[in-house]
Amino acid sequence: MIKDKSKPGSLLIKGGHLIDPAAKINAPMDVLLRDGRVAEIALPNKIRGGADEKFDARSLIVAPGFIDLHVHLREPGQSYKETIATGTAAAAAGGFTSVCTMPNTAPVVDTAEWVAWLRHPERGAVVNIFPIAAATRLSRGASLTDFSALQRAGAVAVTDDGKPILDDEVMRAALRLGAELNLPVVQHAEDTRLTEGCPMHEGPTSFRLGLRGMPAAAEAGVVDRDVNLAQQIRESRLHVAHLSTSDALKAVRRGKRAKARVTCEVTPHHFTLLDENVGEYDTNFKMNPPLRSASDREAILVALADGTVDAIATDHAPHAAHEKQVEFERAAFGITGLETALALAITKLHREHKIPLTRIVELFTAGPARVFDLRSRGSLARGNFADVTIFDPKKRWTFEAAKSRSLSRNTPFDGWQFTGKVVATIVGGKIVYRAD
Amino acid sequence: MMHRLHSYAMNKAARGSLLGIEHMEGKDILALLKLARRMNPQKPRPLLRNKRIVLLFYEASTRTRSSFEIAAKSLGAITTLVQSSGSSIEKGESLLDTGYTLRAVGADAIVLRHPCAGAPHLMAKHLDIPVINAGDGMHEHPSQALLDAFTILKHKKSFKGLQIAIIGDIYHSRVARSACHLLSRFGAKVTLCGPAEFVPEVAATLTPGLRVSRHVEEAVRGVDVIMLLRVQKERLGGQKIGLQEYIAHYQLTPARLKLAKRDAIVMHPGPIIRGLELTAEIADGPQSVIIDEVHNGVPTRMAILARALGKAK
Repeated sequence: MIKDKSKPGSLLIKGGHLIDPAAKINAPMDVLLRDGRVAEIALPNKIRGGADEKFDARSLIVAPGFIDLHVHLREPGQSYKETIATGTAAAAAGGFTSVCTMPNTAPVVDTAEWVAWLRHPERGAVVNIFPIAAATRLSRGASLTDFSALQRAGAVAVTDDGKPILDDEVMRAALRLGAELNLPVVQHAEDTRLTEGCPMHEGPTSFRLGLRGMPAAAEAGVVDRDVNLAQQIRESRLHVAHLSTSDALKAVRRGKRAKARVTCEVTPHHFTLLDENVGEYDTNFKMNPPLRSASDREAILVALADGTVDAIATDHAPHAAHEKQVEFERAAFGITGLETALALAITKLHREHKIPLTRIVELFTAGPARVFDLRSRGSLARGNFADVTIFDPKKRWTFEAAKSRSLSRNTPFDGWQFTGKVVATIVGGKIVYRAD
Repeated sequence: MMHRLHSYAMNKAARGSLLGIEHMEGKDILALLKLARRMNPQKPRPLLRNKRIVLLFYEASTRTRSSFEIAAKSLGAITTLVQSSGSSIEKGESLLDTGYTLRAVGADAIVLRHPCAGAPHLMAKHLDIPVINAGDGMHEHPSQALLDAFTILKHKKSFKGLQIAIIGDIYHSRVARSACHLLSRFGAKVTLCGPAEFVPEVAATLTPGLRVSRHVEEAVRGVDVIMLLRVQKERLGGQKIGLQEYIAHYQLTPARLKLAKRDAIVMHPGPIIRGLELTAEIADGPQSVIIDEVHNGVPTRMAILARALGKAK
């Protein structure tokens, strides 16, 4: 996964404030990385012996490397939108040391060979790649893929993302097989029978713009059914992708209370924006699930704070300009998000909604690591992988889409002023991104 | 980004564009209506001599297309009709590329009819010539709202306090959305009437003061203006309400019209379907101004085009 196979040597991160929610650390600490692993965590100036390299982290937060459970890197087959090299460069700039890639590429990643292909060093990834494979052949929602072979090849979960697994029996079978293998099934919860031809959320804005609206119930209905199935099938693991509605959250809460293995992720754009921000048909505000109502966003903010949400995931979905500069109804769904996720979390969740930084770091680290069992990641315990994200929670900056490392520019946040910026990203002990 | 390649890339719509009623200023609307009253297709004025106006129509149209064309020609402009069939659009050319092409051949303004809501906004954002919305999906049909306003003012002193019922398939109607924006702006009291499939509760959020009614008798009682909308049979197909039921509950009949004010007028943007949303007696009756509306379309669109090309004096 890391292009450079040479031993990374040692790196001492000095003077920073460590937030490692899994280890319950929130204090000034120095961190020593050696040979791609965490070698030592100690109070300031207590680490003896030298290091090949030192990183001055004074006034900065040092955190376990961020994990994004939901990215579209578009390879194989759509390298005009993004490549693994450009997408992981954007991930590194956003502080992500690991990304989980979605299988809705061309072809669909539904075989062990394609999973292996994604992980091959020749792809040029600069951060760790954890493929999520298709749950059904060609993601058509009919017959299950070979979960076991996909898992052996390195897939950390299965999904038909971009589309739902709608059929009750197929979803039941997927959860059953997932339970046997301890493999999470990721659901793109959308009852497509209710959303055909709908480019945005159903509400006053869609009515005003003369656009057909996706009802909130199209998401909640699927999540409700899936939570029921997860409760029935022992040891099954359901993960709800890009959850966006208040009612879907209620279903997740119900499952969690019943001790079912149900997890969910929320995107930065859903905790930041509303359907009305679509304005006059701005296609950079078009994604699926769509931006929702104020009450949905309110429910999401509560769930982010109270622990119901397990992870912040970007649903980074790059598209070429010609796929977005078209009629709103015909524009591709999706926005890029890797480089703005932390800034949005700090600006919106921490500063505006007073969610503690420790919780935000948890949503980027321990939370997602748990969802897909990414062992030895998501925490900087000694012996874990030396994946570290260093950020300045007070730094003010302006995001410029034109300077993005992604191959695409489809972001609604161009020109936004943020507080909180990634300063360095370290993968396997090597600095893969450093802010200018 | 592609639009940066074009030297005439713009981010705001060019002056004179008419994208919708919603964001138009009240005084702008009044000025247009005033100008329309001075336009007379019988007395052509060469205000737009040698101006090239492209009528870019991605959807079928009789009234709107012909009246824009006659309006343009009455002002001395040259018009070209481009339709989706028989043009490069059939070959997959994008809306923006079609716009750039038409700009390059020398169009001074584009009148656009398109099945997608927001298509004129997209084009206006990227071109430096006025774009006139001749109907975009279910969104707006501003020239229709203006000609309806023009028609109403021929019969009523002002909009303030007027009671207006709009009956039919509001949900799918760009005419209804534009009308609501315009009429509410000037203080008319608008009631939207139809079954829930056609008039969802959310419709009342479109403008302040809108009301939703499920009963046509209640909606038309005491009103000054009744606007009917076409009901497409194919849309009734998948709906809970059937054709006969719609007729029974919502058709404008002479008995129902009697509930309105004695001098109430009946409007319809066309095409009308006799025996469905209204009876033939209503369509041809003395209170119907349906043909006047079509007639008034020409001076209204003359005013829109004159304003678009800066010859509004």
